[in-house]
Amino acid sequence: MDTRRDVTTRSAAERRRRQLLPVVVLGGGLALAGCSAGAPSTLDPAGSGAGRVANLWWLLFWISMAVFAEVMAVLAWALLVRRRRDVRVRHGQPLRFVTVAGAGIPLVILVTVYAVGLRDLAALGDDPGPRAPTIEVTGHKWWWEVRVQGVDGATANELHIPVGEKVRVRLRTADVLHSFWVPQLMPKTDLIAGEVRETWLHAERAGNYRAQCAEYCGTQHAHMAFRVVAEPRHDYDAWVARLAAPAPAPQTDAQRRGQEAFLQGSCAGCHAIRGTAANGRIGPDLSDVGSRWSIGAGAVPNDGGHLGGWIANSQTVKPGNYMPPQPVDASRLPDLIAYLQSLR
Amino acid sequence: MSTTAAPAPGASREELAALEEHWGERPSLRSWFSTVDHKRIGRRYLVTAGFFFVLAGLSALAMRTQLARPESRLLSPQEYNQLFTMHGTAMIFLFATPMLFGFGNFLVPLMIGSRDMAFPKLNALGYWVFLFSGLFMWASLPFGAAPNAGWFAYVPLTEEQNTPGLHMDVYSLGLLFLGIATAAGSINFIVTALKLRAPGMSLNRVPLFVWAIVATAFMVIFALPALNLDNAMLFLDRRFGTHFFDPGAAGNVLLWQHLFWIFGHPDVYIIVMPALGIVSAVLPAFTRRGVVGYALIVLAIVSIAIISFGVWVHHMFATGLPRLSYSFFSAASTIITIPSGIQIFAWLATMALGRLVLKVPMLFLIGFIVTFVLGGFTGTMFALTAFDQQVTDSYFVVAHFHYVLIGGAVFPMLAGIYYWLPKITGRMYHEGLGRWAFWLVFAGMHVTFFPMHLYGLFGMPRRVYTYRSEPGWDGWNLVSTAGSYLLAIGLLLVLIGVVHAIRRGRPASPDPWEGDSLEWSTDSPPKPYNFPVLPQVHSVHPTWDEASRESMGGGATGDRILADGRRTLLTSELDGRRERAVEMPESSLQPLVLALAMLVFFTAMLVAWYPVAAVAAVAVAVTIAVWLWPPRRPDRELGVRA
Amino acid sequence: MSIRGGVAAATGTEALTTELPVGRSTGWWGMVMFVATEATLFACLLGSYFYLRFQYGGPWPPGGITKPELLVPLVMTAVLLPSSLPMVWAERGIRKGQRWRLRSGLAATLVLGVTFLALQAEEYAGKLREFTMTTNAYGSLFYLITGFHGLHVLVGLTMIGWLLAASLRGGSFGAHRHDRVRNAAIYWHFVDLVWAAILFTVYLSPRL
Ligand code: HEA
Ligand code: HEA
Ligand code: HEC
Ligand code: CUA
Ligand SMILES: [Cu+2]
Repeated sequence: MDTRRDVTTRSAAERRRRQLLPVVVLGGGLALAGCSAGAPSTLDPAGSGAGRVANLWWLLFWISMAVFAEVMAVLAWALLVRRRRDVRVRHGQPLRFVTVAGAGIPLVILVTVYAVGLRDLAALGDDPGPRAPTIEVTGHKWWWEVRVQGVDGATANELHIPVGEKVRVRLRTADVLHSFWVPQLMPKTDLIAGEVRETWLHAERAGNYRAQCAEYCGTQHAHMAFRVVAEPRHDYDAWVARLAAPAPAPQTDAQRRGQEAFLQGSCAGCHAIRGTAANGRIGPDLSDVGSRWSIGAGAVPNDGGHLGGWIANSQTVKPGNYMPPQPVDASRLPDLIAYLQSLR
Repeated sequence: MSTTAAPAPGASREELAALEEHWGERPSLRSWFSTVDHKRIGRRYLVTAGFFFVLAGLSALAMRTQLARPESRLLSPQEYNQLFTMHGTAMIFLFATPMLFGFGNFLVPLMIGSRDMAFPKLNALGYWVFLFSGLFMWASLPFGAAPNAGWFAYVPLTEEQNTPGLHMDVYSLGLLFLGIATAAGSINFIVTALKLRAPGMSLNRVPLFVWAIVATAFMVIFALPALNLDNAMLFLDRRFGTHFFDPGAAGNVLLWQHLFWIFGHPDVYIIVMPALGIVSAVLPAFTRRGVVGYALIVLAIVSIAIISFGVWVHHMFATGLPRLSYSFFSAASTIITIPSGIQIFAWLATMALGRLVLKVPMLFLIGFIVTFVLGGFTGTMFALTAFDQQVTDSYFVVAHFHYVLIGGAVFPMLAGIYYWLPKITGRMYHEGLGRWAFWLVFAGMHVTFFPMHLYGLFGMPRRVYTYRSEPGWDGWNLVSTAGSYLLAIGLLLVLIGVVHAIRRGRPASPDPWEGDSLEWSTDSPPKPYNFPVLPQVHSVHPTWDEASRESMGGGATGDRILADGRRTLLTSELDGRRERAVEMPESSLQPLVLALAMLVFFTAMLVAWYPVAAVAAVAVAVTIAVWLWPPRRPDRELGVRA
Repeated sequence: MSIRGGVAAATGTEALTTELPVGRSTGWWGMVMFVATEATLFACLLGSYFYLRFQYGGPWPPGGITKPELLVPLVMTAVLLPSSLPMVWAERGIRKGQRWRLRSGLAATLVLGVTFLALQAEEYAGKLREFTMTTNAYGSLFYLITGFHGLHVLVGLTMIGWLLAASLRGGSFGAHRHDRVRNAAIYWHFVDLVWAAILFTVYLSPRL
């Protein structure tokens, strides 16, 4: 067998590579960088976890583009040169070319990126240390229960972290599998039934980071979003203090009537409001519902109209969720809304 | 060789008549149901898998239409979830594998110079079971009872308390039912390729496509049991209150994932491997030379088949397993790219040395290389655990697997359809129409799936029936949707092209491409007995090689004509030495009856009519007993002493 | 021109020689592949047993179930493992064309196999009073593994009964035609061997 190296192919490949590379890369790079500003994008990291992975991505991206250019160059050369009717078919077996290009070069690349990948994996697995605050998150179909370790109260679909500090997040699920994913801060960790998982969050800049359940969990997997608020330490401490304190008492008459409606209606069977008789555990704790960024884990914005719509029939808003339509008297609805909105 | 009445130089007129007498089937309703001819069965596989492809593809169009804009209300979440589950399940189980089995069925006996598969009746059974299990699953959709928990059906979501109703029973029973067809088909391929090769076809002369099919079949044999067990346990948990996956009673939810992916990862290579085999089979005709590095490619095929069993945990990189195991599975997943790299560069070298003939099949091969390589790269990226944890379960993964599935499996299939259409139907396709189809499919594919990389990176999770408007999500989703329509139009043109060829196509000569493997040295379409004279093979490219061709013409010997019955040759496993001629079974209704009895069994299990299921199980046993009942022979012939 | 004559001319002889040991038959390969896939299924099943056991962590068997008694399973083993011997003897016999050996060997295996199933039923009767398939995952595993194996024994016995029936009819098997006997024998040996693995996993390993 002829194992001579195919010289023509190689040098032509080199030439092509130079011409093709800028085109491909420019297109890809532009598309990636340009269109995501404001989205919960992994390429716009705000913390050390996601930051590391973003760097890894760019390394992989450039290598891929280079190898892709190599493949395209050979292909283009064949298409341009070997298509003429008069070319002589050559019957060699350039096995050296095949093994070097198909196994040798890839092996070198792969060993390198594997090593880098291991380093990053180790970094992601780093324990935040014993003194880091611990947030307990429990996944429910289809909302997130959030507690701070050592604090009694709970909230939902929103968790706060102090900027610049590593925060441990302990993950459990009440039912099926979910996955905890804050694209701009940290890759995913699944919530496994019957087990406890841990991850951590770390934000370098203050901000609101949109996040979403990433493991398919049934009908409303699409609306199981949450938000991570990274804020200065004192704001974070205030958030923890609010979690520990009773919910604000009603101030106006409307709010008082609303509270009455809440406690007398079916609501209290499923929802808790700290400092009141309502202590249901089926639905989210509503003690600070007025300050949440959304209703229904990202289903709709949190404003009076949507709140009323949700209470009257959340099934039209988030079909299949576990809160049944509530037979609330139309006349009492505004009071109820007023009360809930005052809980912040 | 000619298609007219004049006998081929090898076999005499009387012998041809005798062969026709023994193998021919008079068209009748009965023969339609009882045929065991691998070519008819192969065609049926192709058509049926194509039909399921259209259903699954139309489901995808519905999904894409829903996702075109944020917060669209076209589909309810319940509908969307059933559609994406059926889309994935059907594409993987009812389209990709059966489609490639269809190619295998039609081609393997022809490529190895045999008159049928090793077990023709089992082959017929496989087809009927595939058809019935596919209909069984799709029939649940109009009732709103289709599977709805994704194609990998993670527990505990799929347990009774979280998904009541028949949805997941349809899934588990349907896949168990289908598994019978897949396993039967695989055993058949292995035995056929081991024992029925033409004399002289030693292992180093076996066509690469056949190698790929055999490696695939071995993967099925060792991978499918894991899926079957998983589904059996799921069904028992749901119906009979067992606790395999219940962490509250010593069960474990990750057991499902391990078993599923021990099957699931080899399964993706089960899909791509025969498709890569098609690439190796089609390329020689359009580069005018043999594929570079035959031995290297065989080595690559075999090593992919083996390594593919050691990487399954890369689908579980976010479940929080120990880091040590992640490092191992990450290493294995990076290594598995090497054999693919070898194949890619072997094909590139083949093109770079040969003379390219840019007919439609070749266009699809080029489309394959471009697309598959990109999909492979993203696969390699996932092999790095840290990166995978960031993009898993996002649209980036959806982009990866459509690139490899469509680029790596569908493009080669389309190449194969155009390439073998003349052999299968005896008609040529319309080249211009084919070119249009290629460009539309190619453009449609990339317009649909390239943006998924982007919005996946921008944080969009998969399996969401709707999403809130985010920069970078809505615009690109719309592009994807537009692309999917383009793709659909392209595929429609493929369909039109096939129908047009069958109806109006130019009659094809036996060897329109001057191909290298044995199917090109017999008629288009082949006679029921495939070859008037079974070839004596002298090289890897028998149709290009004078001696092999001669063996079917002037050099024919009576022991390779075997006209005095329905017979074909057995040869030795390794070097293809002639062993003996064997009698092949006649057509029979037993396969259909058996498959129907199984259908009754599975349907009865589904609707919990257990007594009916028991009766059906007995019917299955009786049918098998009758099927295999030994024919009565005189003692002298049997060799009985006592 | 074709070169005629030789083997093909003597059709009668060829029919006679078709099942002489010229290489493996397709049926043999088919059965071996079938057994290979079945063996993988059992491997997955036993693997699942160990996976659940070690993931569980607590005392095994869980939920206060006592460790399995060994007496009955050991007797079952003593019945099932030797049942392969008459099968081998029967197969050797028919290879020489001795029909009586085939018949008596099959009958002996049949008796042993049925005894095994009877013992298993007996064992179940005791176990079911302690725990069932729905008690916990251990119960599910126990009954799935042993029940699935029992089902295989039943299938094997059906094959053997079927062979016996066919051989009693006459005109079925002989020195040149015994593929079906050989294939059923392969299956039976496999069912036997798997039992050894089950004995180890289900009955012995909890004591380790
Ligand atoms: C045809 C099917 C097919 C094929 C061929 C592949 C090929 C590969 N796949 Fe893919 N994969 C799927 C189908 C397939 N995959 C599916 C369906 C899923 C998702 C299931 C689901 O979640 O629903 C999936 C998901 C998936 C994951 C999990 C992602 C996740 O869910 O988080 C991973 C992780 O490692 C992975 C890896 C790989 C790798 C390393 C290859 C490699 O084999 C690729 C090798 C090929 C090349 C690399 C290109 C050619 C090589 C060269 C040109 C040489 C030079 C190369 C380098 C230097 C890198 N795949
Ligand atoms: C071989 C496998 C295969 C193939 C070919 C395809 C093909 C396509 N897939 Fe599929 N897909 C999967 C396997 C496949 N997919 C899998 C395994 C999943 C994961 C499921 C899960 O998460 O559980 C998935 C998931 C998946 C999703 C993600 C869903 C989600 O996560 O929410 C999407 C979304 O866009 C999608 C789109 C498409 C599209 C537009 C096509 C198109 O290519 C389809 C084109 C085909 C047709 C349109 C039909 C043919 C048409 C004709 C012949 C013309 C006649 C018809 C007319 C036009 C009238 N697929
Ligand atoms: C049967 C149980 C049940 C009852 C009764 C019930 N809810 Fe709910 N509620 C839920 C569940 C479960 C959710 C979470 C739904 C989701 O997001 O998927 C929820 C969510 C909510 C939310 C949104 C919280 C958030 O942060 O997104 C509000 C507000 C709310 N309920 C108010 C009410 C009021 C007011 C009543 C009484 C009139 C009421 N609920 C009665 C179960 C209940
Ligand atoms: Cu929770 Cu998806
Ligand atoms: Cu995989």
